[in-house]
Amino acid sequence: MTSRNSEALPISIRNVTKTYGAVHALNDVSLEVESGEFLTLLGPSGSGKTTLLMVLAGFTRPDCGSLKFGDREVIRTPPHLRDVGMTFQSYALFPHMTVAGNVGYPLKLRKVSKPDIAARVEGALDTVQLGGFGDRRIDQLSGGQRQRVAVARAIVFEPRILLMDEPLSALDKKLRDQMQIELRHLHEKLGMTTVYVTHDQREALTMSDRIAVVNHGRIMQLATPRDLYERPANRFVADFIGESTFLPVSRQGQTILFDGQPLLHDVPAPDTDNLSLMVRPERVVLSREGPREGANNFAATATDVVYQGDSYLLHAALASGGQIVLRGAMRGANASSLPSVGDALTLCLAPEDTVLIDGSER
Amino acid sequence: MQAIRTNEAGLRRDEWLERLKLFGLGSPAILLILIILVIPVGWLFYVSFIGADGTFSLENYERMLRRKSYARIFQTTFEVSFLTTGLCILIGYPLAYFISGLPNRIANLCLITVLLPFWTSLLVRTYAWLVLLQKRGLVNEWAMSLGLWDEPIKMVHNMTGTLIGMVHIMLPFLILPVYGAMRAIDRDLMKAASNLGASPRHAFWTVFFPLTLPGLFAGSLMVFILCLGFFVTPAVLGGGKVIMVSMKIVSNIELFVNWGAASALGVVLLVSTVAILWIASRFLNLEKMTGGGH
Amino acid sequence: MLRWFRSPATETQITHGQRLWLYVLAVVIMVLLVTPTLIVIPMSFSDSQYLEFPPETWSMRWYDHYFGSPEWMRATVTSFKAAILTMLLATPIGVLAAYGLHCSKVRFVRAAFVLMITPMMVPVVLVAIGAFYAYVQLQILYTLTGLVLAHTVLALPLVVIVTGSALKGYDMSQEAAARSLGAPRWKAFLTVTLPQIRFAVVTSALLAFLTSFDEVVVAMFISGGDNPTLTRNMFNALRDQIDPTIASISTIMILVTTGMMVLAQLFGQQKEPTRPKD
Repeated sequence: MTSRNSEALPISIRNVTKTYGAVHALNDVSLEVESGEFLTLLGPSGSGKTTLLMVLAGFTRPDCGSLKFGDREVIRTPPHLRDVGMTFQSYALFPHMTVAGNVGYPLKLRKVSKPDIAARVEGALDTVQLGGFGDRRIDQLSGGQRQRVAVARAIVFEPRILLMDEPLSALDKKLRDQMQIELRHLHEKLGMTTVYVTHDQREALTMSDRIAVVNHGRIMQLATPRDLYERPANRFVADFIGESTFLPVSRQGQTILFDGQPLLHDVPAPDTDNLSLMVRPERVVLSREGPREGANNFAATATDVVYQGDSYLLHAALASGGQIVLRGAMRGANASSLPSVGDALTLCLAPEDTVLIDGSER
Repeated sequence: MQAIRTNEAGLRRDEWLERLKLFGLGSPAILLILIILVIPVGWLFYVSFIGADGTFSLENYERMLRRKSYARIFQTTFEVSFLTTGLCILIGYPLAYFISGLPNRIANLCLITVLLPFWTSLLVRTYAWLVLLQKRGLVNEWAMSLGLWDEPIKMVHNMTGTLIGMVHIMLPFLILPVYGAMRAIDRDLMKAASNLGASPRHAFWTVFFPLTLPGLFAGSLMVFILCLGFFVTPAVLGGGKVIMVSMKIVSNIELFVNWGAASALGVVLLVSTVAILWIASRFLNLEKMTGGGH
Repeated sequence: MLRWFRSPATETQITHGQRLWLYVLAVVIMVLLVTPTLIVIPMSFSDSQYLEFPPETWSMRWYDHYFGSPEWMRATVTSFKAAILTMLLATPIGVLAAYGLHCSKVRFVRAAFVLMITPMMVPVVLVAIGAFYAYVQLQILYTLTGLVLAHTVLALPLVVIVTGSALKGYDMSQEAAARSLGAPRWKAFLTVTLPQIRFAVVTSALLAFLTSFDEVVVAMFISGGDNPTLTRNMFNALRDQIDPTIASISTIMILVTTGMMVLAQLFGQQKEPTRPKD
């Protein structure tokens, strides 16, 4: 039975660069992963997130940089000596061995005795809720089961670091949601430092202690899910996480203006001239009584109303040009009457929901 | 601002070492081929330019252009190669078409009839035809008993026998790539053609046939090149009447020990083969054919 | 029965009846392909000098002649020895080369691959006379060593191509997984990759064996003296006159070939990877 790992290792990534010809897959990346943390590398395809994971595993050799697991410099250590657990997008299970053969493989390499292997394999399988599956062949397993075997194989030798490369991308939605929670529980139970790669922002928000948003080989922002969602560092992050629309704003001394009107905002604006107002659809309020005191009000005309079961989407054109999208719950006044196309509306944004961000993409 | 580049030298060294080790796995193979094949053949190139007196000369090549016997040999070689290729196409294409239309199980069974001769020794097959086609052989006996002809026809130790033998040997080389190309064709395409108004014959010639051309081309190319350099079958079934380039090379060494003449012929043969391959590679992805590289 | 003739056979709705000519032609061709190969077998049991079919009198005469002849026996042993040694040499060298090429990131990979298939592209006659001259210089003419080396060179392209294409269809992330679990590259290859490409490796080994066993032209030049091969002697016999003993030898060769193919199927058979159930 794998016990709580109180010796999880921190990871220190410093100045890692990897180029392929003229392309920078990783551009001077530095990142500190805390001991026992669940950190997600989030980004679109080609952003460099998988490359960084492969550098951690030892399969991609960077051009330069330093990589430390705890105190140990491992940048030049070959993959088989790094002692990290890893799961692959395709599971990479060995079809010519049984489930027990797969899970026992790393133990056999470490010269563990046969009875110990059997016990630890069974323990790992229990941990992923596949107890008793040892004798099954890989081709008899469903996708979800294969995924669990892959996890069991990666943790059975009690590594202090776990790397996961988009483990859930091949599963259907229901299974994926379930596995997200299971993996999170597993992490809490075993406590190993985990680096998780995904392109699914919802997955990242659900599972992570911190998220590093990656694009073009650089880390755009490293923050907790909440900070990332509510205080994105720039437009790319804001766009990638959640939905939002962006409105251009201008600066006049210390005040930020939209359409000539000063904006009330709780959080100070970042110190650049290229500013945007980020509007999260679920934070916009439809005021049926006209402009509200102490809020930012926008006059708009409804251009599209979409019923979506649990909520509705309202697209509105602002009087000053530009668009706002509102997402409202289907309850209260909305349950009986949704606004119609063409209606004149007042949309409000509370000061605590008025977020100004750096309008640039880098 | 200067970027920090820790461990750069060490990492580069590791990378080169790994590349060297991987590439090095192929070194025994490369070494063997260099020693046994490339260097000796290179030497042959060199020898072809050495005359009888041991100095540089083009007399070996001049002899080829001058003597009529050489012209006949080249002509025979090309004739046999062209005819064999043509016959293989005429016979092999319909068979491949037939098998490709069959359900998988039966198709595999039929393929065995193509693969069985393919795996059987070349010598055995050549010998079989020798026995079958001889004056008192099976073909003559049966044909006469069926009344097809009265006197035994000479079908061996001449061009006829050679062609029959060569076609039999080369057929699998044509059928397999063509079959592969046919199998890969999406059957829905023919349905679409019908649906759009094409008659079955029109659909075949405008949709199916063009799609099989790469495979047909690959197969024909392989057959042609193999025929050019072929030795055993023409030597046995031609009985000295059908002389191909390869046989002349052998006789030059075995009988006359004339390395100059033999190597010059060899160079011509090799250069023609390479030239044809090079021209073909313009039209065909050779790597796909042999499944090589990355 | 008649209905079958009128039922459609293709997507373009041609009926079986209209395609009858194709069926007849195909069957004829298939028979013509197989018959010459197989007909040698019953003919080898014919008692007469002219190898009749069907044999008027059945006898083992030509087999006795073959097994009773020291020259033929010696040649057979040589051929088998050469073929087995070729198989044992060409297969590991070729498999390693294919693996190295597959995993290599160097720009010369393409050139190396072309080099490795040159033995297949160069006319055998040239290989033969080239090797002949080289062996005279190296003084390994007419030795088993020389023969095995030459045959290995001829067999290598086949091994590299067959193994290479199996590697292409193989999921290399399995080897990566094995390495992440603690196996150095060579161990990962042996315990994970090799078992999964074993069908290709066994086929390559078989092809190497047959390439050597059936080889005529090179053997003609560089085997001889004390070590003539079976094929060399057969070829010489064929050139002179039709020795019926060859029929019995041919039958045995056919049996060897078929036997090897069956062995390959038994040892190498790989299950089709199935898709996950959900």
